[in-house]
Amino acid sequence: MKRLSYPFSPEAVRELKVGDMVLITGKLFTGRDAVHKYLHEGNKSPVNLKNQIIYHCGPVTMKDKKTGKWTVTAAGPTTSIREEPYQWEVIRDHGIVGVIGKGGMGQKTLDACKEHGCVYLHAVGGAAQVLAEKIKSVDGLFLEEFGLPEAIWELTVEDFPVVVTMDAHGNSLHKEVENSSREIFKTVL
Amino acid sequence: MTKKVAAKRPVKKVLTKKAASKKLDPKAQTIESLLELIRITSTVIPDDVAKTLMKARTQEEQNTTASYAMNIIKDNMDLAKFKSQPLCQDTGTVIFFVYHPPGFFQSAFKDLIKKAVTKATQKGFLRQNSVHSITGENAGTNLGEGHPSIHFYEHSKKEVSVKLVLKGGGCENVSAQYSLPDTTLGAGRDLEGVRKVVIDAVYKAQGKGCGPGALGVCIGGDRADSAYYAKKQLLRKLDDKNEHKDLAKMESEIVETCNKLGIGPMGFGGKTTLISCKMTHANRVPASFFVSISYMCWAFRRQGVVLDKNHKISKWLY
Repeated sequence: MKRLSYPFSPEAVRELKVGDMVLITGKLFTGRDAVHKYLHEGNKSPVNLKNQIIYHCGPVTMKDKKTGKWTVTAAGPTTSIREEPYQWEVIRDHGIVGVIGKGGMGQKTLDACKEHGCVYLHAVGGAAQVLAEKIKSVDGLFLEEFGLPEAIWELTVEDFPVVVTMDAHGNSLHKEVENSSREIFKTVL
Repeated sequence: MTKKVAAKRPVKKVLTKKAASKKLDPKAQTIESLLELIRITSTVIPDDVAKTLMKARTQEEQNTTASYAMNIIKDNMDLAKFKSQPLCQDTGTVIFFVYHPPGFFQSAFKDLIKKAVTKATQKGFLRQNSVHSITGENAGTNLGEGHPSIHFYEHSKKEVSVKLVLKGGGCENVSAQYSLPDTTLGAGRDLEGVRKVVIDAVYKAQGKGCGPGALGVCIGGDRADSAYYAKKQLLRKLDDKNEHKDLAKMESEIVETCNKLGIGPMGFGGKTTLISCKMTHANRVPASFFVSISYMCWAFRRQGVVLDKNHKISKWLY
């Protein structure tokens, strides 16, 4: 088990390799379809994403009526491939060093990871409770107008479990599994 | 059996407390029972699926990313049940199947379902998950055109039964419909062709549907019915047996073959790619031959209740 701790950097993520099981401690920003489209259209990010990790996640959130404080009650990853048209650009223009999601991403993202020093970290899809438990505080809410699941949530996490499935050296577990399963698929057709 | 199932659900305090303290009027009782159905569906994996997943967990090699994923899946099942919070943050399309006696007022029951869905959303058992397809607006209630999805069936029994499936977007997105013949796959208009396209759908899904997955398949029908009947197969218990001999055989063969693909949990590579495949058929017109595949993620949220004459829950169905 490896560890990745805040502050993050391109150098630190270049140490990670495909297949590494990693525990992340520090800050994460959620961002999914609406946020990626918004950044792609050239809008300014409401938070500085330089050397940060973006988490493809639309959490279930509850606001305490008395204190106005937010808690995240379920927070698993959403499917990342929908951000494939935008992700490379967000990596390049905003300097993010990690993308957490599920299902993996394509060649454009893989190339951007290699060029700029970024990794794709796979969280277990559907494991919303295990992952929400690792969230220690909700520190900010941006772009609330997109709806709560689509907004940017600034979170502090401790020992957040992920697997590196695309590293900063051009390797992708998704590509490997797809290739090997294709060979088997041909034999069973 | 009923007692045993009920005893396994320790997190019912909200309902029992309220029921004990005051007698609810009939409408409030129906809403309360539907709310409880939504809560259990969102937070507890049905016994048949849990059993299958735990068996799959022991089959993955230790210290692999596949076994790591299966362990997290187990922890998540335990935690969601204990905390009474959603297994997955994508609480999905909310799909009700209502079985009722003749003379039942569907529209009144529909209103009560909508109230229960709104309440479940306020309580966080459902995410604010329904978006207007033209304006992009999220009303935050899970109500809107076509939401929730409600299907009524008349049956000859006196009681009302309600089944509920919460189907997340990730697995819905990898669900598929094929039109046979499919020349790229060499899939003809026969059962062998059906087998090929179903395996192709699982191959194409890779890890994107949050596997290990479960399939509902319909052979035939028009495009709309075919997709619906495929989804309805997800109501079958995983350990049941198809009455149609050929389909029963094909169901187990497809699971076996797909598990040879090595896609594994989350697409990390591994032994379990599929935990089940359930198939049905519907007549088609001579010109069409559709095969529809509904892919369900490991967080297979499906539950059902029988309501007594006062609409209190008298039995859990899964």
